[in-house]
Amino acid sequence: MRNPKRNQKIAFFFLFLATLLIVVPVGMVVVIIVVKGLPAINWQFLSDIPRQGMRAGGIFPAIVGTVYLVLGAIIFALPIGLLAAIYLSEYAKENLLNRMIKLSIVNLAGVPSVVYGLFGLALFVVFFKFGASILSGSLTLGIMILPIIITTSREALESVPQSFREVSLSLGASKWQTIRHIVLPNAIPGIITGTILGIGRAAGETAPILFTVAAFYLPQLPKSIFDQAMALPYHLYVISTQVPNVDEKIRYGTALVLLTLVLFMNLTAIIIRYKFRKKKKW
Amino acid sequence: MVKFNINDLNIWFGSAQALKGVSMKIMRNEILSVIGPANSGKTTFLRMLNRMNELHPNFKMSGEVELDGRRTSELDVESLRKRVGTVFALPLPLPLSIFDNVAYGVRMHGLKSKAATSDIVERSLQEAYLWDEVKDRLGTSAFKLSGGQQQRLCIARTLAVEPEVILFDEPCSGLDPISTAKVEDAMLKLKVNYTIVLVTNNVKQAARVGDRTAFFLSGELIELDITDKMFTAPSDHRTEGYISGKFG
Repeated sequence: MRNPKRNQKIAFFFLFLATLLIVVPVGMVVVIIVVKGLPAINWQFLSDIPRQGMRAGGIFPAIVGTVYLVLGAIIFALPIGLLAAIYLSEYAKENLLNRMIKLSIVNLAGVPSVVYGLFGLALFVVFFKFGASILSGSLTLGIMILPIIITTSREALESVPQSFREVSLSLGASKWQTIRHIVLPNAIPGIITGTILGIGRAAGETAPILFTVAAFYLPQLPKSIFDQAMALPYHLYVISTQVPNVDEKIRYGTALVLLTLVLFMNLTAIIIRYKFRKKKKW
Repeated sequence: MVKFNINDLNIWFGSAQALKGVSMKIMRNEILSVIGPANSGKTTFLRMLNRMNELHPNFKMSGEVELDGRRTSELDVESLRKRVGTVFALPLPLPLSIFDNVAYGVRMHGLKSKAATSDIVERSLQEAYLWDEVKDRLGTSAFKLSGGQQQRLCIARTLAVEPEVILFDEPCSGLDPISTAKVEDAMLKLKVNYTIVLVTNNVKQAARVGDRTAFFLSGELIELDITDKMFTAPSDHRTEGYISGKFG
Protein backbone atom coordinates (compact mmCIF):
# COMPACT_ATOMS: atom_id res chain seq x y z
CA MET A 1 0.00 0.00 0.00
CA ARG A 2 1.19 3.49 -0.81
CA ASN A 3 1.43 5.78 2.11
CA PRO A 4 0.64 9.38 1.12
CA LYS A 5 2.08 10.78 4.38
CA ARG A 6 5.37 9.01 3.83
CA ASN A 7 5.53 10.09 0.16
CA GLN A 8 4.95 13.65 1.23
CA LYS A 9 7.81 13.41 3.72
CA ILE A 10 10.12 12.05 1.03
CA ALA A 11 9.12 14.83 -1.36
CA PHE A 12 9.72 17.47 1.31
CA PHE A 13 13.10 15.94 2.08
CA PHE A 14 14.27 16.17 -1.53
CA LEU A 15 12.92 19.67 -1.99
CA PHE A 16 14.71 20.73 1.19
CA LEU A 17 17.90 18.99 0.06
CA ALA A 18 17.86 20.82 -3.26
CA THR A 19 17.45 24.15 -1.49
CA LEU A 20 20.29 23.28 0.89
CA LEU A 21 22.53 22.38 -2.06
CA ILE A 22 22.08 25.90 -3.38
CA VAL A 23 22.29 27.77 -0.10
CA VAL A 24 25.38 26.05 1.30
CA PRO A 25 27.84 26.79 -1.55
CA VAL A 26 26.65 30.40 -1.83
CA GLY A 27 26.99 30.79 1.92
CA MET A 28 30.46 29.20 1.85
CA VAL A 29 31.62 31.56 -0.91
CA VAL A 30 30.52 34.55 1.11
CA VAL A 31 32.00 33.22 4.36
CA ILE A 32 35.37 32.38 2.81
CA ILE A 33 35.66 35.74 1.09
CA VAL A 34 34.70 37.61 4.23
CA VAL A 35 37.03 35.62 6.50
CA LYS A 36 40.04 35.81 4.18
CA GLY A 37 39.39 39.32 2.90
CA LEU A 38 38.42 41.18 6.05
CA PRO A 39 42.01 41.46 7.40
CA ALA A 40 42.96 43.45 4.27
CA ILE A 41 40.21 46.01 4.70
CA ASN A 42 41.35 49.28 6.18
CA TRP A 43 41.13 52.93 5.22
CA GLN A 44 44.32 52.85 3.16
CA PHE A 45 43.11 49.82 1.19
CA LEU A 46 39.90 51.61 0.24
CA SER A 47 41.32 55.06 -0.46
CA ASP A 48 44.88 54.62 -1.76
CA ILE A 49 46.24 53.79 -5.19
CA PRO A 50 47.94 50.40 -5.70
CA ARG A 51 51.65 50.47 -4.75
CA GLN A 52 54.71 48.23 -5.10
CA GLY A 53 53.49 46.61 -8.30
CA MET A 54 49.98 46.16 -6.81
CA ARG A 55 51.33 44.14 -3.91
CA ALA A 56 50.49 46.88 -1.41
CA GLY A 57 48.58 50.11 -1.17
CA GLY A 58 44.89 50.29 -2.04
CA ILE A 59 42.39 49.67 -4.79
CA PHE A 60 40.66 53.04 -4.89
CA PRO A 61 41.04 53.60 -8.67
CA ALA A 62 39.47 50.20 -9.35
CA ILE A 63 36.51 50.96 -7.06
CA VAL A 64 35.94 54.29 -8.77
CA GLY A 65 36.29 52.70 -12.21
CA THR A 66 33.72 50.00 -11.46
CA VAL A 67 31.25 52.53 -10.05
CA TYR A 68 31.61 54.67 -13.20
CA LEU A 69 31.23 51.68 -15.49
CA VAL A 70 28.13 50.34 -13.74
CA LEU A 71 26.48 53.77 -13.60
CA GLY A 72 27.31 54.37 -17.25
CA ALA A 73 25.92 51.01 -18.26
CA ILE A 74 22.65 51.60 -16.35
CA ILE A 75 22.26 55.16 -17.66
CA PHE A 76 22.58 53.79 -21.18
CA ALA A 77 20.67 50.51 -20.85
CA LEU A 78 17.75 51.36 -18.54
CA PRO A 79 16.01 54.03 -20.64
CA ILE A 80 16.54 52.23 -23.94
CA GLY A 81 15.63 48.86 -22.45
CA LEU A 82 12.51 50.24 -20.82
CA LEU A 83 11.32 51.97 -23.99
CA ALA A 84 11.92 48.80 -26.00
CA ALA A 85 10.05 46.76 -23.39
CA ILE A 86 7.09 49.15 -23.52
CA TYR A 87 7.01 48.93 -27.29
CA LEU A 88 7.24 45.13 -27.30
CA SER A 89 4.62 44.52 -24.62
CA GLU A 90 2.14 47.32 -25.39
CA TYR A 91 2.40 48.31 -29.03
CA ALA A 92 3.95 45.48 -31.06
CA LYS A 93 1.33 43.31 -32.72
CA GLU A 94 1.45 39.59 -32.05
CA ASN A 95 3.01 38.24 -35.24
CA LEU A 96 5.88 36.04 -36.31
CA LEU A 97 8.40 38.88 -36.65
CA ASN A 98 7.73 40.23 -33.17
CA ARG A 99 7.77 36.76 -31.64
CA MET A 100 11.17 36.22 -33.24
CA ILE A 101 12.41 39.57 -31.92
CA LYS A 102 11.28 38.67 -28.40
CA LEU A 103 12.88 35.25 -28.64
CA SER A 104 16.18 36.63 -29.88
CA ILE A 105 16.28 39.19 -27.07
CA VAL A 106 15.79 36.42 -24.53
CA ASN A 107 18.57 34.43 -26.20
CA LEU A 108 20.91 37.44 -26.27
CA ALA A 109 20.97 37.27 -22.47
CA GLY A 110 22.75 33.93 -22.80
CA VAL A 111 25.50 35.08 -25.18
CA PRO A 112 28.97 34.67 -23.56
CA SER A 113 30.24 37.96 -22.22
CA VAL A 114 33.53 37.74 -24.11
CA VAL A 115 31.53 38.00 -27.33
CA TYR A 116 30.12 41.31 -26.11
CA GLY A 117 33.70 42.35 -25.34
CA LEU A 118 34.78 41.67 -28.92
CA PHE A 119 31.70 43.42 -30.25
CA GLY A 120 32.45 46.47 -28.08
CA LEU A 121 36.04 46.47 -29.28
CA ALA A 122 34.98 46.42 -32.91
CA LEU A 123 32.13 48.93 -32.65
CA PHE A 124 32.98 51.45 -29.94
CA VAL A 125 36.76 51.28 -29.62
CA VAL A 126 37.65 50.92 -33.30
CA PHE A 127 34.71 51.99 -35.45
CA PHE A 128 33.44 54.93 -33.40
CA LYS A 129 37.04 55.69 -32.34
CA PHE A 130 36.13 56.08 -28.66
CA GLY A 131 39.34 54.18 -27.90
CA ALA A 132 39.72 52.11 -24.77
CA SER A 133 37.68 54.35 -22.51
CA ILE A 134 34.99 54.45 -19.85
CA LEU A 135 32.53 55.37 -22.61
CA SER A 136 33.35 52.26 -24.66
CA GLY A 137 33.30 50.04 -21.58
CA SER A 138 30.00 51.44 -20.29
CA LEU A 139 28.33 51.05 -23.68
CA THR A 140 29.60 47.49 -24.02
CA LEU A 141 28.36 46.58 -20.53
CA GLY A 142 25.12 48.39 -21.31
CA ILE A 143 24.54 46.33 -24.44
CA MET A 144 25.31 43.20 -22.44
CA ILE A 145 22.65 43.95 -19.80
CA LEU A 146 20.04 45.28 -22.27
CA PRO A 147 18.46 41.85 -22.84
CA ILE A 148 18.13 41.31 -19.08
CA ILE A 149 16.47 44.69 -18.60
CA ILE A 150 14.19 44.32 -21.62
CA THR A 151 13.06 40.81 -20.69
CA THR A 152 12.36 41.51 -17.02
CA SER A 153 10.69 44.86 -17.80
CA ARG A 154 8.51 43.26 -20.44
CA GLU A 155 7.43 40.57 -18.00
CA ALA A 156 6.69 43.23 -15.38
CA LEU A 157 4.58 45.23 -17.85
CA GLU A 158 2.71 42.18 -19.08
CA SER A 159 1.92 41.08 -15.53
CA VAL A 160 -0.19 44.20 -14.98
CA PRO A 161 -3.76 42.88 -15.34
CA GLN A 162 -5.43 43.48 -18.71
CA SER A 163 -8.56 44.60 -16.87
CA PHE A 164 -6.78 47.72 -15.54
CA ARG A 165 -5.98 48.74 -19.10
CA GLU A 166 -9.58 48.13 -20.24
CA VAL A 167 -10.96 50.21 -17.39
CA SER A 168 -8.60 53.07 -18.16
CA LEU A 169 -9.38 52.96 -21.90
CA SER A 170 -13.11 52.70 -21.21
CA LEU A 171 -12.92 55.98 -19.30
CA GLY A 172 -11.62 57.65 -22.45
CA ALA A 173 -7.94 57.68 -21.52
CA SER A 174 -5.60 57.30 -24.47
CA LYS A 175 -3.34 54.32 -24.84
CA TRP A 176 -0.28 56.31 -23.81
CA GLN A 177 -2.07 57.76 -20.77
CA THR A 178 -3.03 54.23 -19.78
CA ILE A 179 0.58 53.08 -20.05
CA ARG A 180 1.91 56.15 -18.28
CA HIS A 181 -0.56 56.26 -15.36
CA ILE A 182 -1.69 52.66 -14.88
CA VAL A 183 0.70 50.16 -16.45
CA LEU A 184 4.10 51.73 -15.69
CA PRO A 185 3.55 52.57 -12.00
CA ASN A 186 2.46 49.01 -11.34
CA ALA A 187 5.38 47.54 -13.28
CA ILE A 188 8.11 49.57 -11.56
CA PRO A 189 9.00 46.96 -8.90
CA GLY A 190 9.57 44.37 -11.62
CA ILE A 191 11.57 46.83 -13.72
CA ILE A 192 13.79 47.58 -10.71
CA THR A 193 14.34 43.86 -10.22
CA GLY A 194 15.65 43.72 -13.79
CA THR A 195 17.90 46.68 -13.07
CA ILE A 196 19.30 44.95 -9.97
CA LEU A 197 20.15 41.87 -12.04
CA GLY A 198 21.77 44.15 -14.60
CA ILE A 199 23.86 45.96 -11.97
CA GLY A 200 25.16 42.69 -10.57
CA ARG A 201 26.08 41.43 -14.00
CA ALA A 202 27.72 44.68 -15.14
CA ALA A 203 29.77 45.04 -11.97
CA GLY A 204 31.08 41.51 -12.02
CA GLU A 205 31.98 40.83 -15.66
CA THR A 206 35.62 40.91 -16.73
CA ALA A 207 35.50 39.93 -20.39
CA PRO A 208 33.47 42.84 -21.80
CA ILE A 209 35.77 45.43 -20.18
CA LEU A 210 38.96 43.59 -21.01
CA PHE A 211 39.32 45.06 -24.52
CA THR A 212 37.23 48.18 -24.11
CA VAL A 213 38.31 50.05 -20.98
CA ALA A 214 40.23 48.16 -18.33
CA ALA A 215 43.73 49.33 -17.51
CA PHE A 216 46.30 46.95 -16.07
CA TYR A 217 47.67 49.60 -13.77
CA LEU A 218 46.66 53.24 -13.64
CA PRO A 219 47.78 55.19 -10.59
CA GLN A 220 45.50 58.20 -11.17
CA LEU A 221 41.71 58.49 -11.38
CA PRO A 222 39.99 58.89 -14.76
CA LYS A 223 39.34 62.54 -15.61
CA SER A 224 36.76 62.11 -18.38
CA ILE A 225 34.67 59.40 -19.98
CA PHE A 226 37.31 59.10 -22.69
CA ASP A 227 39.95 57.92 -20.19
CA GLN A 228 40.85 54.36 -19.44
CA ALA A 229 40.07 53.13 -15.96
CA MET A 230 40.85 50.28 -13.63
CA ALA A 231 37.98 48.05 -12.62
CA LEU A 232 37.57 45.63 -9.73
CA PRO A 233 36.89 42.38 -11.62
CA TYR A 234 39.80 42.92 -13.99
CA HIS A 235 42.07 44.05 -11.15
CA LEU A 236 41.16 40.89 -9.27
CA TYR A 237 42.05 38.83 -12.32
CA VAL A 238 45.36 40.66 -12.69
CA ILE A 239 46.51 40.31 -9.08
CA SER A 240 45.40 36.69 -8.99
CA THR A 241 47.08 35.48 -12.17
CA GLN A 242 49.36 38.10 -13.73
CA VAL A 243 51.30 39.52 -10.79
CA PRO A 244 53.37 37.09 -8.72
CA ASN A 245 53.58 37.15 -4.94
CA VAL A 246 50.47 39.15 -4.16
CA ASP A 247 49.37 38.55 -0.61
CA GLU A 248 46.28 36.36 -0.42
CA LYS A 249 44.45 38.79 1.82
CA ILE A 250 44.73 41.55 -0.82
CA ARG A 251 43.11 39.31 -3.40
CA TYR A 252 40.30 38.29 -1.07
CA GLY A 253 40.03 41.85 0.13
CA THR A 254 39.46 43.00 -3.46
CA ALA A 255 36.80 40.30 -3.93
CA LEU A 256 35.14 41.39 -0.70
CA VAL A 257 35.06 45.02 -1.83
CA LEU A 258 33.52 43.99 -5.17
CA LEU A 259 30.93 41.87 -3.39
CA THR A 260 30.10 44.67 -0.95
CA LEU A 261 29.86 47.23 -3.74
CA VAL A 262 27.35 45.11 -5.67
CA LEU A 263 25.45 44.43 -2.47
CA PHE A 264 25.34 48.14 -1.69
CA MET A 265 24.08 49.06 -5.18
CA ASN A 266 21.47 46.31 -5.00
CA LEU A 267 20.41 47.44 -1.55
CA THR A 268 19.74 50.93 -2.89
CA ALA A 269 17.62 49.47 -5.68
CA ILE A 270 15.80 47.17 -3.25
CA ILE A 271 14.93 50.10 -1.00
CA ILE A 272 13.55 52.03 -3.98
CA ARG A 273 11.56 48.95 -5.00
CA TYR A 274 10.20 48.55 -1.48
CA LYS A 275 9.03 52.19 -1.50
CA PHE A 276 7.11 51.54 -4.73
CA ARG A 277 5.68 48.23 -3.50
CA LYS A 278 4.26 49.99 -0.48
CA LYS A 279 2.44 52.40 -2.77
CA LYS A 280 0.94 49.51 -4.74
CA LYS A 281 -2.68 49.15 -3.74
CA TRP A 282 -3.65 45.66 -4.83
CA MET B 1 -35.03 60.97 -29.63
CA VAL B 2 -32.77 58.28 -30.99
CA LYS B 3 -29.41 57.99 -29.24
CA PHE B 4 -27.90 55.00 -31.01
CA ASN B 5 -28.90 53.85 -34.45
CA ILE B 6 -27.56 50.42 -35.34
CA ASN B 7 -27.93 49.12 -38.85
CA ASP B 8 -27.21 45.59 -40.11
CA LEU B 9 -24.34 45.02 -37.69
CA ASN B 10 -22.19 41.91 -38.09
CA ILE B 11 -19.22 41.16 -35.84
CA TRP B 12 -16.63 38.42 -36.11
CA PHE B 13 -13.84 37.37 -33.80
CA GLY B 14 -11.55 35.42 -36.10
CA SER B 15 -13.87 33.04 -37.94
CA ALA B 16 -16.56 32.95 -35.26
CA GLN B 17 -19.46 35.32 -35.88
CA ALA B 18 -20.61 36.93 -32.64
CA LEU B 19 -23.36 39.19 -33.97
CA LYS B 20 -25.52 38.57 -37.05
CA GLY B 21 -27.36 41.35 -38.85
CA VAL B 22 -28.46 43.31 -35.80
CA SER B 23 -30.50 46.46 -36.48
CA MET B 24 -32.07 48.48 -33.68
CA LYS B 25 -32.40 51.90 -32.11
CA ILE B 26 -31.59 52.92 -28.57
CA MET B 27 -33.64 55.88 -27.33
CA ARG B 28 -32.38 58.73 -25.22
CA ASN B 29 -32.97 58.51 -21.44
CA GLU B 30 -34.25 54.97 -21.55
CA ILE B 31 -33.01 51.89 -19.79
CA LEU B 32 -32.61 49.21 -22.40
CA SER B 33 -32.16 45.75 -20.92
CA VAL B 34 -30.34 43.18 -23.00
CA ILE B 35 -31.00 39.56 -22.06
CA GLY B 36 -30.07 36.23 -23.56
CA PRO B 37 -28.21 33.03 -22.69
CA ALA B 38 -24.41 32.81 -22.49
CA ASN B 39 -22.64 33.33 -25.85
CA SER B 40 -25.64 35.07 -27.35
CA GLY B 41 -23.63 38.20 -28.21
CA LYS B 42 -24.93 40.50 -25.44
CA THR B 43 -21.53 41.65 -24.24
CA THR B 44 -20.17 41.95 -27.78
CA PHE B 45 -23.15 44.15 -28.57
CA LEU B 46 -22.45 46.32 -25.53
CA ARG B 47 -18.72 46.63 -26.16
CA MET B 48 -19.39 47.62 -29.75
CA LEU B 49 -21.23 50.76 -28.61
CA ASN B 50 -18.01 52.38 -27.37
CA ARG B 51 -15.66 50.41 -29.64
CA MET B 52 -14.12 48.32 -26.86
CA ASN B 53 -14.26 45.27 -29.15
CA GLU B 54 -11.43 46.80 -31.14
CA LEU B 55 -9.01 45.81 -28.38
CA HIS B 56 -9.48 42.23 -29.56
CA PRO B 57 -6.80 41.47 -32.17
CA ASN B 58 -9.03 39.40 -34.52
CA PHE B 59 -12.04 41.68 -34.44
CA LYS B 60 -13.91 42.41 -37.69
CA MET B 61 -17.22 44.16 -38.25
CA SER B 62 -19.59 45.33 -40.94
CA GLY B 63 -22.63 47.59 -40.72
CA GLU B 64 -23.19 50.95 -39.09
CA VAL B 65 -23.37 52.27 -35.56
CA GLU B 66 -24.44 55.89 -35.22
CA LEU B 67 -24.36 57.99 -32.05
CA ASP B 68 -26.54 61.12 -32.38
CA GLY B 69 -26.48 60.67 -36.13
CA ARG B 70 -22.71 60.33 -36.51
CA ARG B 71 -20.93 57.06 -37.20
CA THR B 72 -18.90 56.00 -34.16
CA SER B 73 -16.09 54.81 -36.44
CA GLU B 74 -15.59 58.43 -37.53
CA LEU B 75 -15.45 59.74 -33.96
CA ASP B 76 -12.23 60.07 -32.02
CA VAL B 77 -12.20 56.90 -29.90
CA GLU B 78 -11.20 58.68 -26.65
CA SER B 79 -14.03 61.19 -26.88
CA LEU B 80 -16.48 58.43 -27.86
CA ARG B 81 -15.56 56.50 -24.71
CA LYS B 82 -15.86 59.65 -22.64
CA ARG B 83 -19.43 60.01 -23.93
CA VAL B 84 -20.24 56.30 -23.63
CA GLY B 85 -19.00 54.89 -20.32
CA THR B 86 -18.85 51.30 -19.11
CA VAL B 87 -19.47 49.58 -15.80
CA PHE B 88 -17.96 46.10 -16.02
CA ALA B 89 -19.29 42.79 -14.76
CA LEU B 90 -16.77 42.47 -11.95
CA PRO B 91 -15.97 45.42 -9.72
CA LEU B 92 -12.65 46.56 -11.21
CA PRO B 93 -11.17 49.38 -9.19
CA LEU B 94 -7.89 50.76 -10.47
CA PRO B 95 -4.96 50.23 -8.09
CA LEU B 96 -5.37 53.74 -6.70
CA SER B 97 -7.09 55.41 -3.76
CA ILE B 98 -10.86 55.84 -3.71
CA PHE B 99 -10.46 59.51 -4.60
CA ASP B 100 -7.99 58.90 -7.42
CA ASN B 101 -10.21 56.19 -8.90
CA VAL B 102 -13.09 58.61 -9.29
CA ALA B 103 -10.83 61.47 -10.40
CA TYR B 104 -8.93 59.33 -12.92
CA GLY B 105 -11.15 60.00 -15.94
CA VAL B 106 -11.42 63.77 -15.61
CA ARG B 107 -7.70 64.06 -14.90
CA MET B 108 -6.96 62.13 -18.09
CA HIS B 109 -9.22 64.56 -19.92
CA GLY B 110 -7.09 67.44 -18.74
CA LEU B 111 -8.71 68.74 -15.53
CA LYS B 112 -5.99 70.29 -13.35
CA SER B 113 -7.86 72.28 -10.69
CA LYS B 114 -7.88 70.53 -7.31
CA ALA B 115 -11.07 72.20 -6.14
CA ALA B 116 -12.98 71.27 -9.30
CA THR B 117 -11.70 67.69 -9.06
CA SER B 118 -12.85 67.42 -5.43
CA ASP B 119 -16.28 68.72 -6.41
CA ILE B 120 -16.61 66.17 -9.19
CA VAL B 121 -15.47 63.32 -6.94
CA GLU B 122 -17.98 64.24 -4.24
CA ARG B 123 -20.84 64.71 -6.68
CA SER B 124 -20.12 61.43 -8.48
CA LEU B 125 -19.86 59.44 -5.26
CA GLN B 126 -23.16 60.93 -4.12
CA GLU B 127 -24.81 60.04 -7.42
CA ALA B 128 -23.62 56.46 -6.94
CA TYR B 129 -24.86 56.40 -3.30
CA LEU B 130 -21.40 55.75 -1.92
CA TRP B 131 -20.40 59.16 -0.53
CA ASP B 132 -21.67 58.63 3.03
CA GLU B 133 -19.83 55.33 3.33
CA VAL B 134 -16.44 56.56 2.10
CA LYS B 135 -16.26 60.31 2.72
CA ASP B 136 -13.93 59.86 5.72
CA ARG B 137 -11.45 57.59 3.93
CA LEU B 138 -11.11 58.85 0.39
CA GLY B 139 -7.34 58.35 0.55
CA THR B 140 -7.46 54.62 1.28
CA SER B 141 -7.07 51.97 -1.38
CA ALA B 142 -10.18 51.19 -3.40
CA PHE B 143 -9.41 47.50 -2.80
CA LYS B 144 -10.29 47.94 0.88
CA LEU B 145 -13.97 48.39 -0.05
CA SER B 146 -16.48 45.53 -0.11
CA GLY B 147 -17.58 44.10 -3.46
CA GLY B 148 -20.82 46.08 -3.54
CA GLN B 149 -19.05 49.29 -2.57
CA GLN B 150 -16.39 48.67 -5.22
CA GLN B 151 -19.09 48.30 -7.87
CA ARG B 152 -20.73 51.56 -6.82
CA LEU B 153 -17.24 53.14 -6.88
CA CYS B 154 -16.93 51.95 -10.48
CA ILE B 155 -20.30 53.57 -11.25
CA ALA B 156 -19.10 56.81 -9.64
CA ARG B 157 -15.89 56.62 -11.66
CA THR B 158 -17.90 56.28 -14.87
CA LEU B 159 -20.26 59.12 -13.86
CA ALA B 160 -17.35 61.44 -13.09
CA VAL B 161 -16.47 61.92 -16.75
CA GLU B 162 -20.10 62.97 -17.42
CA PRO B 163 -21.00 60.46 -20.10
CA GLU B 164 -24.23 60.58 -22.07
CA VAL B 165 -24.66 56.82 -22.18
CA ILE B 166 -23.72 54.26 -19.52
CA LEU B 167 -23.23 50.64 -20.47
CA PHE B 168 -23.71 48.16 -17.63
CA ASP B 169 -22.26 44.72 -18.33
CA GLU B 170 -23.95 42.37 -15.83
CA PRO B 171 -23.09 44.83 -13.05
CA CYS B 172 -24.68 42.74 -10.29
CA SER B 173 -23.39 39.29 -11.22
CA GLY B 174 -21.04 39.19 -8.24
CA LEU B 175 -23.19 41.07 -5.73
CA ASP B 176 -25.49 40.09 -2.90
CA PRO B 177 -29.23 40.99 -3.10
CA ILE B 178 -28.92 44.13 -0.97
CA SER B 179 -26.02 45.53 -3.00
CA THR B 180 -27.93 44.57 -6.15
CA ALA B 181 -30.94 46.56 -4.96
CA LYS B 182 -28.70 49.58 -4.31
CA VAL B 183 -27.15 49.37 -7.78
CA GLU B 184 -30.59 49.00 -9.42
CA ASP B 185 -31.85 51.91 -7.40
CA ALA B 186 -28.93 54.00 -8.64
CA MET B 187 -29.68 53.02 -12.23
CA LEU B 188 -33.34 54.05 -12.02
CA LYS B 189 -32.36 57.48 -10.70
CA LEU B 190 -29.61 57.90 -13.29
CA LYS B 191 -32.12 57.38 -16.10
CA VAL B 192 -33.23 61.01 -15.80
CA ASN B 193 -29.89 62.26 -17.06
CA TYR B 194 -28.37 59.32 -18.89
CA THR B 195 -29.17 56.69 -21.46
CA ILE B 196 -28.55 53.26 -19.97
CA VAL B 197 -27.92 49.94 -21.65
CA LEU B 198 -27.98 47.05 -19.19
CA VAL B 199 -26.75 43.60 -20.11
CA THR B 200 -27.96 41.14 -17.54
CA ASN B 201 -28.17 37.41 -16.97
CA ASN B 202 -30.92 38.01 -14.48
CA VAL B 203 -34.26 38.09 -16.31
CA LYS B 204 -36.03 39.46 -13.25
CA GLN B 205 -33.60 42.35 -13.12
CA ALA B 206 -34.39 43.19 -16.74
CA ALA B 207 -38.09 43.17 -15.85
CA ARG B 208 -37.54 45.38 -12.78
CA VAL B 209 -35.46 48.18 -14.32
CA GLY B 210 -35.76 48.05 -18.12
CA ASP B 211 -38.03 50.36 -20.11
CA ARG B 212 -37.48 48.19 -23.14
CA THR B 213 -35.87 44.77 -23.36
CA ALA B 214 -33.89 43.18 -26.18
CA PHE B 215 -33.54 39.42 -26.39
CA PHE B 216 -30.44 38.02 -28.11
CA LEU B 217 -29.94 34.40 -29.12
CA SER B 218 -26.86 33.03 -30.93
CA GLY B 219 -25.82 36.48 -32.10
CA GLU B 220 -29.22 37.48 -33.46
CA LEU B 221 -31.64 40.03 -32.08
CA ILE B 222 -34.79 37.95 -31.67
CA GLU B 223 -37.12 40.52 -30.15
CA LEU B 224 -37.06 44.09 -28.90
CA ASP B 225 -40.10 45.52 -27.17
CA ILE B 226 -41.50 47.44 -24.20
CA THR B 227 -40.46 45.44 -21.13
CA ASP B 228 -44.00 44.96 -19.82
CA LYS B 229 -45.23 43.65 -23.15
CA MET B 230 -42.20 41.43 -23.61
CA PHE B 231 -42.71 39.79 -20.24
CA THR B 232 -46.47 39.36 -20.57
CA ALA B 233 -47.00 38.69 -24.28
CA PRO B 234 -43.74 38.02 -26.16
CA SER B 235 -44.25 37.70 -29.89
CA ASP B 236 -41.57 35.06 -30.45
CA HIS B 237 -41.83 31.63 -28.88
CA ARG B 238 -38.06 31.57 -28.24
CA THR B 239 -38.34 34.73 -26.12
CA GLU B 240 -41.17 33.14 -24.18
CA GLY B 241 -39.13 30.02 -23.67
CA TYR B 242 -36.13 31.92 -22.33
CA ILE B 243 -38.10 34.24 -20.05
CA SER B 244 -40.08 31.42 -18.57
CA GLY B 245 -36.87 29.49 -17.91
CA LYS B 246 -37.38 26.67 -20.43
CA PHE B 247 -33.79 27.08 -21.65
CA GLY B 248 -30.75 29.28 -21.19
